[in-house]
Amino acid sequence: MSLERVMPVGLDNTSDDPSGRQALIVNNNTYESITEKVCGVVEDPRIDKRWLAMFIVALGGLGMLFSLIVYLIATGVGVWGNNMPVAWGWPIVNFVFWVGIGHAGTLISAILFLLRQDWRTSINRFAEAMTIFAVVCAGTFPGIHVGRIWLAYWLFPIPNQMLMWPNFRSPLLWDVFAVSTYASVSTVFWYMGMIPDIATIRDRAKHPLRRLAYGVLALGWRQNARAWHRYEKAYGILAGLATPLVLSVHTIVSFDFAVSQLPGWHTTIFPPYFVAGAIFSGFAMVVTLAVPARAMYGMKDIITMRHLENMNKVILATGMMVGYAYAMEFFIAWYGGNRYEQFAFINRATGPYFWAYWIMVSCNVLSPQVFWFKKARTSIPIMMVVAILVNIGMWFERFVITVTSLSRDFMPSSWGYFKPTLVDIGMLVGSFGLFFTLFLLFLRFLPMIAMAEVKTVMNRPKQEESAERPEMAASLN
Amino acid sequence: MDSRITPSESDDPRWIAQLKDHDDNSEQELFAVVAEYETPDAVMAACEKVRDAGFRDWDAITPFPVHGIDEAMGTKQSILPWIVLGAGLTGATVGLTLQWWTNAVGYPFLISGKPMFSLPANIPVTFEVTVLFSAFTAFFAMLGLNLLPAFYHPLFRHPRMARYSSDRFAIVIEAKDKLFDREKVEALLKGSGSIANEVLFAPAKRAALPKVFHGIGIVATLATLIPLAFIAKARFTHSEKPRIHIIQDMDMQPKFKTQAPNALLAGLWGDQRASLLPVEGTIARGEYVADERLHYGQEDDGTFVTSFPVTVDEALINRGQERYGIYCSVCHGMSGDGNGTVNQRATALARFGGKGMAWAPPARLSDERILLQPVGELYNTVTNGKNNMKGYAAQIPVEDRWAIVAYVRALQKAATVPVDSLTDEQRAELQSN
Repeated sequence: MSLERVMPVGLDNTSDDPSGRQALIVNNNTYESITEKVCGVVEDPRIDKRWLAMFIVALGGLGMLFSLIVYLIATGVGVWGNNMPVAWGWPIVNFVFWVGIGHAGTLISAILFLLRQDWRTSINRFAEAMTIFAVVCAGTFPGIHVGRIWLAYWLFPIPNQMLMWPNFRSPLLWDVFAVSTYASVSTVFWYMGMIPDIATIRDRAKHPLRRLAYGVLALGWRQNARAWHRYEKAYGILAGLATPLVLSVHTIVSFDFAVSQLPGWHTTIFPPYFVAGAIFSGFAMVVTLAVPARAMYGMKDIITMRHLENMNKVILATGMMVGYAYAMEFFIAWYGGNRYEQFAFINRATGPYFWAYWIMVSCNVLSPQVFWFKKARTSIPIMMVVAILVNIGMWFERFVITVTSLSRDFMPSSWGYFKPTLVDIGMLVGSFGLFFTLFLLFLRFLPMIAMAEVKTVMNRPKQEESAERPEMAASLN
Repeated sequence: MDSRITPSESDDPRWIAQLKDHDDNSEQELFAVVAEYETPDAVMAACEKVRDAGFRDWDAITPFPVHGIDEAMGTKQSILPWIVLGAGLTGATVGLTLQWWTNAVGYPFLISGKPMFSLPANIPVTFEVTVLFSAFTAFFAMLGLNLLPAFYHPLFRHPRMARYSSDRFAIVIEAKDKLFDREKVEALLKGSGSIANEVLFAPAKRAALPKVFHGIGIVATLATLIPLAFIAKARFTHSEKPRIHIIQDMDMQPKFKTQAPNALLAGLWGDQRASLLPVEGTIARGEYVADERLHYGQEDDGTFVTSFPVTVDEALINRGQERYGIYCSVCHGMSGDGNGTVNQRATALARFGGKGMAWAPPARLSDERILLQPVGELYNTVTNGKNNMKGYAAQIPVEDRWAIVAYVRALQKAATVPVDSLTDEQRAELQSN
């Protein structure tokens, strides 16, 4: 620590100076002020009107999703626009979209941890929360897409009276294992990261009910160094496990497509292309969530402009990877010499879904290009617009892959045109309701910033500067 | 060493009063000496001193993991990574074995002629199960090694605990340490750069669980047994009732069923029948019966016809032989002896494995009972079936049914002819076969 010169702490920490390292937490914050800020959000007895308004809207969306799911189960999958040849339709588009969103959280919490990117500490907690809530949304769609939902347990290898077992050579079953492992490991990782911070809230809690609730959640964590030693070991191991896991999850999601024979799906570029796209869309979602959250809860000192700028750089880089993949798909279709493959791609760009294709290209490839300029990278309005465009573009990417390929397969006699129904649209909107309901509850009741981790990357206070011996009795009153 | 409460400069009387109140005035015992530090560097320097003094039952409290403190405290490397390695290897074995057993042994799954078990297709699930086992083990082993969850600890009653999980650092030396001596420990900590020293008390005896929790525990335990009891009852008793059919799938469809009244239709055409009656004076195609003796094998008065309503010639008998071979011989046998392949198989099953299986063998066509039946009755049996035999009206046209009856008569004649009535040539021919 002492070997590095830490730059003067100001509000603008976006400049780079090779002689030192920029502060990650600005505005003279101390350990205590970080605790006050983060716990203050959870401890505030008043209900923020803006939070309440958003929560009511989100709850409305959630209610709509649940009603539509009940309607779907009671009526049958005919309420969707899915029909031959497009049997996958919006539910699978939404599934891939949401599971992709989740990946940025694991990338931030695990991969950036292994790469010792200290700036991750300010954003990893709610990026991980975002991961879990996105995976909840993602898991809903294939669950209700199976048709006879009451038989969805057939997906798992459970001994049954039919003496039958699932087919382990199907990518769809790999997907079941990948997504459920991902959901549970992410939850463990998130919860374990939160235990010390929940313990902090428990120790500060005045109301017995709060003390009980947070006390149970904190599992008796006492911040002792011998526990921290094992905790950090476990955290490192989990990061090491989550890194290949997150890459495997979207690889296996891409296998759902790539292992089939359909032109436009049957390509080896899918795994890396899907993973890059997942990180791309996930970072866009983190920015979409972080910008309003840091403004609403006064976290601008902790989630600084430097953090946002770093995320925008990741968006630019992964956006370029995705653009490269789009170009490479066309090149391989031509270079591979397969006429069906060539038709599939020309059809994507010029066929009946050309509008979806060009929305995808302009949102995902063109819009992030503004991030070459620092002014754009550090401008709140521009980054919000680009992040939302990327979210839209990445949804359309999954739509383009799923629907255009299915609607034009080998034989023109089986071609079709997919149209969503109102239920399709309602379920997509409703899934955002589910996501934001969970996310707003998280912001209100759990520590949104990893306090213990942020404190490790702050400048250490010097002993000489410390105050006089505090009045012990004062703390008893 | 006096470990009972003795007011001293660092023992705040109000705090102890609070503790005694809280613990129903139970005796308080010294638990530990706690020293507070302001910076991570200060607590690390102090840790080195405590480590060098040789204490064992002590710990540092830091609101975040302080890097370098493990060396300062002399903490040994945790065995956690080895536990996780073991779990990972277990996960890989379980994942691979699960797939091999379920898809290649327990329920062999043949898909497109691919091998029953091939590693590449089984790597994704093996990997996921490995990660799943490792991650859960890392988490639970971390908790276990830290002796968590522990919802009670004397430190939780420390009034400064909120600071130790926010911005202050502490060293706790517990009274149970062999080297513990209150004066010496306090002196050591005072000289270690601490900004405050305190003693921490805990009740000498752990308070007993309130009685109401015993009651709740007993009731909850009994309640969990209720579903198990129902399962056990279902497992060991027999029931004649059909299983509860929670999900109706497509059993309950809003459709018109034959022979069932439907109130909707009454409004539509004044009749609740789903299938309309034919218009008066009309006959549907294929339902015209020109010759009732031919069609039903019965006279007007309902008795069975005794003579064939069709011309019996060699062509008819040959046709009958062919049809008999197709439809009848599987049960009745090629010679009409009632021992076709179905009978052989069913008899074998009934003999060797058929628990509760009853098999009524097919009739021997040369039985006297059948020999005496008029041709109309044979025809009726072919048409409508008898006992276990189903009717063949839907499969065999009228003329072919008569052809079969003619062939059955031929079989009966062949089976009942006395050996003496055969000529020598005929006997020789039969024996040569």
